[in-house]
Amino acid sequence: MTLTITKIAEDLAAGRCSSREIMDDLLARIKAHSALNAFISVDEEAARKDAEAADRTRRAGGGVLAGVPIAHKDIFCTSGVKTTCGSRMLADFVPPYDATVVQKMKAAGCIMVGKTNMDEFAMGSSNETSFFGPVRNPWDHDRVPGGSSGGSAAAVAARLVPAATGTDTGGSIRQPAALCGITGLKPSYGRVSRYGLIAFASSLDQAGPMAQSAADCAHLLSAMAGFDERDATSLDVPVPDYAAALGKDLKGLRIGVVKEHFAQGVEPAVLDVLREALREYERQGAVLVDVSLPNSAHAVPCYYVLAPAEASSNLARYDGVRYGFRASEYRDLEDMYKKTRSEGFGPEVKRRIMIGTYALSAGYYDAYYLKALKLRRLIADDFARAFERCDVLAGPASPSTAFALGAKNTDPVSMYLNDIFTIPVNLAGLPALSMPAGFVGGLPVGMQLIGRYLDEARLLNVAHRFQEATDWHTRVPAGI
Amino acid sequence: MEWETVIGLEVHAQLKTKSKIFSGAPTAYGAAPNTQANVVDAALPGVLPVLNGEAARMAARFGLAVGATVHKRSVFARKNYFYPDLPKGYQISQYEHPIVERGRLLITTASGEKVIGITRAHLEEDAGKSLHEDMGGFTGIDLNRAGTPLLEIVSEPDMRSAAEAVTYLKTLHTLVRYLDICDGNMQEGSFRCDANVSVRPLGETRLGTRAELKNINSFRFVERAIEYEVRRQIALLSSGGQVRQETRLYDSARDETRSMRSKEEANDYRYFPDPDLPALVLTEAFLAEVKDAMPELPDAKRRRFCEQYGLSVYDAGVLTASRELAQYYEDAVKAAGAEPKLVANWVTGELAARLNEAGLDIAFAKVTAQGLAGLVRRVADGTVSGKTAKDVFEAMWAGEGDADAIIASRGLRQISDDSAIEEVVSQVIAANPKQLAQYRAGEEKVFTFFVGQTMKASRGKANPAKVNEILKRLLAP
Repeated sequence: MTLTITKIAEDLAAGRCSSREIMDDLLARIKAHSALNAFISVDEEAARKDAEAADRTRRAGGGVLAGVPIAHKDIFCTSGVKTTCGSRMLADFVPPYDATVVQKMKAAGCIMVGKTNMDEFAMGSSNETSFFGPVRNPWDHDRVPGGSSGGSAAAVAARLVPAATGTDTGGSIRQPAALCGITGLKPSYGRVSRYGLIAFASSLDQAGPMAQSAADCAHLLSAMAGFDERDATSLDVPVPDYAAALGKDLKGLRIGVVKEHFAQGVEPAVLDVLREALREYERQGAVLVDVSLPNSAHAVPCYYVLAPAEASSNLARYDGVRYGFRASEYRDLEDMYKKTRSEGFGPEVKRRIMIGTYALSAGYYDAYYLKALKLRRLIADDFARAFERCDVLAGPASPSTAFALGAKNTDPVSMYLNDIFTIPVNLAGLPALSMPAGFVGGLPVGMQLIGRYLDEARLLNVAHRFQEATDWHTRVPAGI
Repeated sequence: MEWETVIGLEVHAQLKTKSKIFSGAPTAYGAAPNTQANVVDAALPGVLPVLNGEAARMAARFGLAVGATVHKRSVFARKNYFYPDLPKGYQISQYEHPIVERGRLLITTASGEKVIGITRAHLEEDAGKSLHEDMGGFTGIDLNRAGTPLLEIVSEPDMRSAAEAVTYLKTLHTLVRYLDICDGNMQEGSFRCDANVSVRPLGETRLGTRAELKNINSFRFVERAIEYEVRRQIALLSSGGQVRQETRLYDSARDETRSMRSKEEANDYRYFPDPDLPALVLTEAFLAEVKDAMPELPDAKRRRFCEQYGLSVYDAGVLTASRELAQYYEDAVKAAGAEPKLVANWVTGELAARLNEAGLDIAFAKVTAQGLAGLVRRVADGTVSGKTAKDVFEAMWAGEGDADAIIASRGLRQISDDSAIEEVVSQVIAANPKQLAQYRAGEEKVFTFFVGQTMKASRGKANPAKVNEILKRLLAP
């Protein structure tokens, strides 16, 4: 079962099958694998209808994504389709508008299959904070798929969809991609519009593609990226044709091996897999360069000040006044606020709102928020220095393979440390991806590649060349 | 003990942009609830603010007009608090880095000119409105106003009396309308004021504890609220009490201020830079453009009116009170071709009186500048007397046509022909031999009797100057 975008496009163009047939097959698979809990909502009827419409309008020379099914993380607003953000707060919320990413994928011809499960308000690294229950890892149903884009990762890994959108604030695309054995890219901050993406931490959030291969991600990113006048933080620079830029050989490519990422705290077997992957790059003519990111050690505490601070403000709008959940009984306005937010948010979201509110409070702002901003600058400077000596950085996307459901539930700090390698990248606003690099004990290992600002094309090519030489990304879990 | 009053004002001026400061929704006032609000104003999940460049342009225009520093880089911040008519749970404002800082405004009071410092002016968004009436016990939320751009203008504590505060407010009010950045409509809340008031013993240089007065949205209320508050604070301090730092609400019905919340009860707004909005960066070219488009300001216009038209400072002040009135005056002078002083008298006299009576703005004057000029020309060339001209003006106001048409149709043309006047005067003298004798006996006040009789006989049309001259000649023994 190799339902890559490239393959679908070929089959559709050759008339070997129709979008409707592909859709029927996927919908059947989604049903068969409902135990994964990868989806929060699937509108079969609409998906079939849209597939038929795509079949009717398909013509030669149409885009590669025309008629390709896609799933959207339930953090993207979809007009007329329930958008929950994994929360009780928005369990019945139906937006009146499409997120820019949704609009763009639609314009490229993609057909939405459904909305994928996620950690509540994207706060989590295991998909266990979802109001709609945890997602299971297709490689081992007793393990987590990673988070927060766990539903998207599991859906692609189980081949329920060829592609899905995700969002990444501190690793929410890359870590689940690693744990589920797929390819996921977090673009540079500003590369993809955030309009309609339900905000967690505005200065860090970025949408990106999750698929089976770097080549597929390239097609998806070309359609997804670009300036949006509705997002003042989106960049007004041209979008390259990422797929067309694939194929360049890697001779002389300088790969920075981050000293701090190949160190204690990472499962040794994971490091072995990554070292073997680096040897493949050397075989292709790349050069390994040792680099250091000394301030990255502070990235997790820095992130857990800034992201909750922004979240505490971003989530203030869920007050029960205009839309979403409202407590059924209350005495007065203040009581309505308290009960609505106490009952509507889960414990992890509440924890982060509390941390963020505290960090921004009078008397603590300088000690926490301002200091974290300074650290953020230092962390970004580290990357800038490293990129003077290399073209991409390589390391683990996660310190371990997928852990057991419930294993880290009661220990937030150990959960937060899962994102130790991905968080610095968000703080610096850089593009990075995770791709399958091998297996440990039957579970996929993800390699993270980090690029210079706006250097997604190179990043995708570096991953693509690896995937042309290896088959890790084509492996599927048993029973799929 | 003698006390000194110290006042600083915070003015919220709604900017006259067509759309909101961070969304494309229109800003029309008085529309049905929630018809002027879009998904951004309603703070739906996922929406983002994008700055309306016009708001920045207007703020820059204001900054340049008050000689302030207009920062090339300013930053939007979030002011966090929960309130039902605040959809996002925070207000986007400017905090540490406002667009405008360190300006000044010259005011003219009874005791002369005074410079009032302007600490800062920053851009922010307005909140919506909570509706309590006709809601069947519920509270309704109207988001039409949410996201309307505001320029908050903060003065230094430079004012020393309620009267000074009102003068500052009026001067500022005139200025923002001149700049065409705010319609100044206080009833609709387009121009709102809070006052920080404290008192201290005369000679003391440290500031006393202040109270912030809210809800004072007319010039009259500003004066009365400050006066009440000053009396309250002096009474409190005189009797050994202390002023609490607090926010007080002015109740115009009872003419008093009441405590709303103390400093301790104040919110911790948890300001931080809004990550959705990049810093507002103004280029040199943009600022040059704003400067080039700057209209003539009230002060400059007043001085020019004195010099160019030979007007008194007072008249020039009245005529430049609004850009529209000044424009009307200059249009009328231009159309009349001369007589700027006479035109000024008509504008500040009859026209102003009519507008006042009808409660109309100059834009709705029923006599145009060209129309008034036509009448002034007929007064200047002696076609009608000043007195008759007032009747003509009234007829013009009533819509009976232009000055010449009314003069012709009513036969109001002044008689200036010597022989015609001599004939009337002769008849009057002949008909009043008794008064003639009195006059010739030295009772000069009888002269006015003859003037009156002559005017009456000519049905007001005789040229009064000529009547005087001819009467004097013919009454002489």
